[in-house]
Amino acid sequence: MILDLQRFIAAERPGWKELEKTLDLLEAEPDARLKLDELQRFHELYERAAAGLAKLTTFSAEPETRRYLESLVARAYGEIQETRQKQRRFFPLKWFFQTFPQTFRRHVRAFALTVAITLAGCAFGGLATAFDPESRHVTMPFGHDQLRPSQRVAQEESRTADRLEGKASTFSAMLITHNIQVSVFCLALGMTYAFGTVLLLFYNGVILGAIAVDYAADGQTPFLLGWLMPHGVIEIPAILVAGQAGLVLAMALIGWGNRARLGTRLREVSRDVMTLSLGFALMLVWAGFVEAFLSQYHWPIVPYSAKIAFGTVEATLLCLYLAMSGANASPIGRSHQDMSGANASPIGRSHQEKSGK
Amino acid sequence: MRTQALPIRTPEGIVFSQILAGPATRFLAAFIDILCVGVLDAALGTALGLLQAIGPGIAQAALTLGYFAISIGYGILLEWLWRGQTVGKKLCRLRVVDAEGMRLQLDQIVTRNLLRAIDMLPLFYFIGGLSCWFSARCQRLGDIAANTIVVRTPLVSEPDLDQLLTGKFNSLRQHPHLAARLRQRVSPGEAATALQALMRRDEFEPAARVALFGQLAEHFHAKVAFPLEATDGLADEQYIRNVVDVIYR
Repeated sequence: MILDLQRFIAAERPGWKELEKTLDLLEAEPDARLKLDELQRFHELYERAAAGLAKLTTFSAEPETRRYLESLVARAYGEIQETRQKQRRFFPLKWFFQTFPQTFRRHVRAFALTVAITLAGCAFGGLATAFDPESRHVTMPFGHDQLRPSQRVAQEESRTADRLEGKASTFSAMLITHNIQVSVFCLALGMTYAFGTVLLLFYNGVILGAIAVDYAADGQTPFLLGWLMPHGVIEIPAILVAGQAGLVLAMALIGWGNRARLGTRLREVSRDVMTLSLGFALMLVWAGFVEAFLSQYHWPIVPYSAKIAFGTVEATLLCLYLAMSGANASPIGRSHQDMSGANASPIGRSHQEKSGK
Repeated sequence: MRTQALPIRTPEGIVFSQILAGPATRFLAAFIDILCVGVLDAALGTALGLLQAIGPGIAQAALTLGYFAISIGYGILLEWLWRGQTVGKKLCRLRVVDAEGMRLQLDQIVTRNLLRAIDMLPLFYFIGGLSCWFSARCQRLGDIAANTIVVRTPLVSEPDLDQLLTGKFNSLRQHPHLAARLRQRVSPGEAATALQALMRRDEFEPAARVALFGQLAEHFHAKVAFPLEATDGLADEQYIRNVVDVIYR
C-alpha cells in the first residue's frame, strides 16, 4: 500500500507548522512556560507528528518529508522527554554563596584525594631535595635551581625600583590565563581515567615540596611564606578543585559502584563539573591579581608579616566559605543522581553519607 | 564500529535517526571556527589599540584576557545561543545534540568545549580525531564526557508534488483496475525511487537520464502490463511520470 502523499501532507501540514512554531518559541526562550492547555496541545501535536512519521516510514519511502518529520519529532522529543531541570537564568550571588560551595562539598572526597596526591608529591619533592640536592635541577622549574634561596632573597630585598612598574596588569593577565589553562588541562585529563590528573597533581606537589624544603633548609622560611601565601592559598586550592572536577569526571567514566550506563553517569556529573570549573576559574582570577600586585613585592616594600597575615586571612575565609556557605540553604544545582539519591558514585555519595541519608 | 546514523526510539515506539557527522566534516568546521577566532582576535587587537593611550600595560592585559576569553568562550557562547552550532558548524550543516535526543544543556556545552584542551593534543585535534574515528558514534573525548554527538542537518523541505505531477491527461488512469493493481504491487521503496528519479531529473546527464528512465520503465512494465493503447507513444520518462501520478495521488 502506498500512502496518498499529497492528501496526507495537506492534512497534516497545519499541525506540523504549529508544532514547529511552538518548538521555535521554546528553543528561543528557555524561560518560556506553557500553560496547561498549551502543553496538552503541544503533546498532542508531537504525538500526531510522531504517528505521521511512523505512517510515512511504513507506507511511503518519500525521503524529503520523512527527513522533515524526523527533525520535527527529534526536536519535540527532546523537549517532552527531558527530565533534567531547565537551566534558568543565572544568579551570580546565589551561585557564589550556594551552588559552588554545595557542589564542592558534595564531592569533598574527590577533593580529599587531590589533597592526598599533592601531599604525596610534596613529600617526594621535599625528600628528594633534602637527600639528593642535585635533584633540584629536575624538580624546580622557572630557573629556581640556578640560584640558592638566600641569594634570591638578597636580590629581591635589595631592589629599590619596582620591576613590575607598568607591567603588573599584563603579568596578572598572563598568570590568570596560564593558570586557568593548566587547571582546565588538569580537569580534562580526567578523561584518561584520572591517570593524567593524578600525574599532574603529583608533579605540582613535587615542585611545591622541593621549593619549600629548599627555602626552609636555607633559612628563608619567612620569605617563602610571604612570597607564596598571599596568592598560593587560593591558587593551590583552585588547582586542587580542578583536579577534583577531573576525578569526578573520571569516576563517572569508570563507573565504580554505579551500574548506570556510561552516558547516564556522565550526564549526572556534567553540571557539577561545570560548576567546579567556573569556581576554580574565579579563584584563579583572584590569585592572579594578588600574585602580580602583592606577592611579588617583598621586604622592605611590604613586610613579610603583613603578607603572611593577609594569606592567613584569605585561607581562613576560603575554608569557612567552602565548608559552610550555603549549608543551611536547600541543595541547588544538584546533579540528577544526587537528587534521586540512587546510583551515586562513591565520591559523589560522600555528602549524603555524612548527612545520614 | 562506526555507524552512519544514530537511531532513537521514543517511548511511543517511533524511531527517528540522527545522521552522524564524520571526522573530516568536523575537522573542516573546526578549521573555519579557528579562522573565525583569528578574525575576532584581530578585531579585538584593533579595538584595544585605542586603550594604548590610557596605558600600554592595561591594553596588553586586556588583550591577553580578551584572546583567552575568545578562545574559550567562542564555542561555548555560540553553541548556547545557536542551539549547538558555531559559524563553522552552520556552514558545514552540523549541529551538536544530546546523544539521547534530549535538550542540549549548558553544562554539556561547557564540558565538551573545556575538554578541547585534551582533544586538540598534540596538534590539529589528533587525539579528538582518533577518538572520533574509533568511537561508534563518532565522538571526540569532549563529546563522550558531555554525552553529546555532532549530527548533520541537511536542508529539509517538503516535496513539491504539484510541480512534479502536472495534472495532465494520464493514459494509465483510463484503466482503473490496472492502476489499482499497480498501487498494490509497488513497494514504498520502488515508488520512492521513481519519485526521486523525477525530482532529480535535471541533475543527470542526458544519456544517463534516458538510460535510467529506460530501466525504470522496464521494471514497472514488468509489475503490471497496461494495454498497448495506454502506453503507445509514451516516452519512458513520461511513463514513469504517469506511474508516480497513479501511485502518489
